[in-house]
Amino acid sequence: MPEIETQQRLTYKQGSARKSAPGEASFESWGRYPSYKANIIPLHWQSDFPAAVRGIHDAVLPVGLGRSYGDVCLLDQGNLLPTPAMNRLISFDPETGLLTAEAGISLAQILDFSVPRGFFLPVTPGTKYVTLGGAIANDIHGKNHHVAGTFGRHVTEFELVRSDGTVLRCSPNENPEFYAMTIGGLGLTGLIRWATLRLKPIVSRKIDYEGIQFHGIDEFLYLTEASKEIEYTVSWVDCTSTGKNFCRGIFMQGDHSTRRDELKPSPEPKLVFPFNAPGFALNHVSVSAFNTLFFHKQMGKRQVALQDYEPFFYPLDKVLHWNRMYGKSGLLQFQYVIPWNNAREGTVAILKEVAKSGLASFLAVLKAFGDVPSPGVMSFPRPGITLALDFPIKPGKSFPLFERLADMTLEFGGRLYPAKDAAMTAAQFQAFYPEWRQLARFRDPLITSSFWERVTGEQPNL
Amino acid sequence: MSSNANHSSRKILVLGATSGIAEATCRIWASQGASLFLVARNAEKLAAVATDLRTRGASFVDTAVADLDDTEQHPALLAHAVNALTGLDVAYLAHGVLGDQTQAEQDFNTAAHILHTNLMAPVSLLTWLANFFVQRRAGTIAVLSSVAGDRGRKSNYVYGSSKAGLSAFLAGLRNRVDREGVTVLTIKPGPTKTAMTAGMKGAEKFADVDKVAASIVKAVDGRADSLYVPFQWQPIMFVIRHIPERVFKKLNL
Ligand SMILES: Cc1cc2nc3c(=O)[nH]c(=O)nc-3n(C[C@H](O)[C@H](O)[C@H](O)COP(=O)(O)OP(=O)(O)OC[C@H]3O[C@@H](n4cnc5c(N)ncnc54)[C@H](O)[C@@H]3O)c2cc1C
Repeated sequence: MPEIETQQRLTYKQGSARKSAPGEASFESWGRYPSYKANIIPLHWQSDFPAAVRGIHDAVLPVGLGRSYGDVCLLDQGNLLPTPAMNRLISFDPETGLLTAEAGISLAQILDFSVPRGFFLPVTPGTKYVTLGGAIANDIHGKNHHVAGTFGRHVTEFELVRSDGTVLRCSPNENPEFYAMTIGGLGLTGLIRWATLRLKPIVSRKIDYEGIQFHGIDEFLYLTEASKEIEYTVSWVDCTSTGKNFCRGIFMQGDHSTRRDELKPSPEPKLVFPFNAPGFALNHVSVSAFNTLFFHKQMGKRQVALQDYEPFFYPLDKVLHWNRMYGKSGLLQFQYVIPWNNAREGTVAILKEVAKSGLASFLAVLKAFGDVPSPGVMSFPRPGITLALDFPIKPGKSFPLFERLADMTLEFGGRLYPAKDAAMTAAQFQAFYPEWRQLARFRDPLITSSFWERVTGEQPNL
Repeated sequence: MSSNANHSSRKILVLGATSGIAEATCRIWASQGASLFLVARNAEKLAAVATDLRTRGASFVDTAVADLDDTEQHPALLAHAVNALTGLDVAYLAHGVLGDQTQAEQDFNTAAHILHTNLMAPVSLLTWLANFFVQRRAGTIAVLSSVAGDRGRKSNYVYGSSKAGLSAFLAGLRNRVDREGVTVLTIKPGPTKTAMTAGMKGAEKFADVDKVAASIVKAVDGRADSLYVPFQWQPIMFVIRHIPERVFKKLNL
């Protein structure tokens, strides 16, 4: 890999042409890398956009709770429009489960409202601290992708506001192109003001859980095949081990319990990770030790439990700001999907490369995507295997590895997830997402992100 | 949009219902099935808040758009609210302005406006409300004052003095109506993190608006006299109130 490109990416910051905006502050994405300054203009009310940015002649970007890892929710020296104060409910129909709410509402707030009423999110990521708008813009997926598809599939309509004041109602029937480009559209098509989501009925907070140890990718594939009828499946892989332990892991599956039970939560105290861990805390040795422990925490081959949905879906949310565990320099996820024809080979090759690099990854999450199509043109998931890896950022070390892994992904016909990226090159992105030119045509002329500028070179049309 | 509130749930009047802390408090009351009458200046924002509270399960929500600076209107407005709610259990005063301290230092009208909104208008409302509740020998008045009223500081003494006046008025009122079965709660919130600051650096230090709201609901239920939220502000303000003036005047607060 030419060293030069890596260098360019790291110094991208200085390439930005924008002037420093007044009242600037930092807004961090979950990976805490890269770190950019921007002017923050929070939106409280639906009418705040575009009113709040009138007279601003600089690029803007709507953002949610900053739970993306890289730079899709960052705009160096521009104006960020955080939406979480725009979080009101608009309507709920207990017959159909249709919930309409302002786009800044978090999935946590939706659950607080809906679970006691017997309704659950149709799709949820591994944290509930993401907004409705952010979930649409990244067209997120969950452990039930093989049966439910992506989040966008359950969004029946939404309102999109352009910076020139145009208001577009979007659904499969109304403004269908904007509907298709905004789901997975990385926030670039306009501000999603409110959206309607179809929730699904539940009768209990509990999940019928089963954890199964596996050794090697073939056992994983076998378990995936055998669990097609189960709603939620995901695997944790030990990516530090080689030899006979290579690609060992725990296959986790679950269904909403069908036995009527308590729907009200029992309050639990939250832990907050209090400080930035020193860089040395996460090295190969400590992560291998953690992984070995995790693997053997589950005694025996199988474990069955009736579990509350919170620890099942959001095991890390109890430790708010666990991202600080990675120290000041931040972390980055690397998530690919490789289509079935190369999925096994590609996954083995990439896991070997990661193990060889000796760079630590705490969390390696493996899952099979199903073939339920997304309405979103730029949506990330495709049928095949997806793997998500966490890396602490070690300048000079992590980026060359990311570059290699991205090239391998490309060779295997796969693609990377923009929501978890701060490293892919423009050439890689454009090869992964040939549809990007279509998104460019639907982009709001005032809106852009550091991600978009990095991977397309497109500047806002001010 | 007024209709007859024919129910037995708690009847709550909220003045300044579109303010962040008030909205968060109302969400808790709504989820408990309370009946709410909301007053605010901006019709569009008020409608958004009312819709949210109805969806969350409030038994009844009615609204009135009003500028509370206009004290002449107060008796009619309050009577209308009581009528719409078919009674009143709790009155929650949450309106107020921060104002522009720098401008207020140069211009009496600016200062007078801050004092009018934060002190005179509440005094007008509280006079009516106290007499209403005393007559019934029941009721709770909850008012958002501020830690800024505990001691004047150069950075916001105009706002601070309006809140100091308000706190003193409430203390006196409590002293008068307590034996009549009426509760007066003075709420002093510190800097509060509203949802808007989520994800921003430094905001972790601010109090969470939902926690502030939960404490307020608890204090109303417990018929408390005063509340510092978060509670750490109580010892902090104790210290600040007791710094000798000759030291205090040299501090950059
Ligand atoms: C612990 C953890 C686990 C995760 N697990 C998963 C997972 O299992 N599956 C998965 O798919 N993702 C996962 N993610 C990623 C996360 O779900 C997505 O990045 C999500 O989009 C973040 O939402 P947000 O509200 O924080 O948005 P942000 O990160 O703030 O913004 C994301 C994008 O949405 C746009 N946007 C936000 N609001 C609006 C709006 N109102 N109108 C228009 N555009 C808007 C922004 O411009 C940006 O492009 C995980 C993240 C974390 C931290």
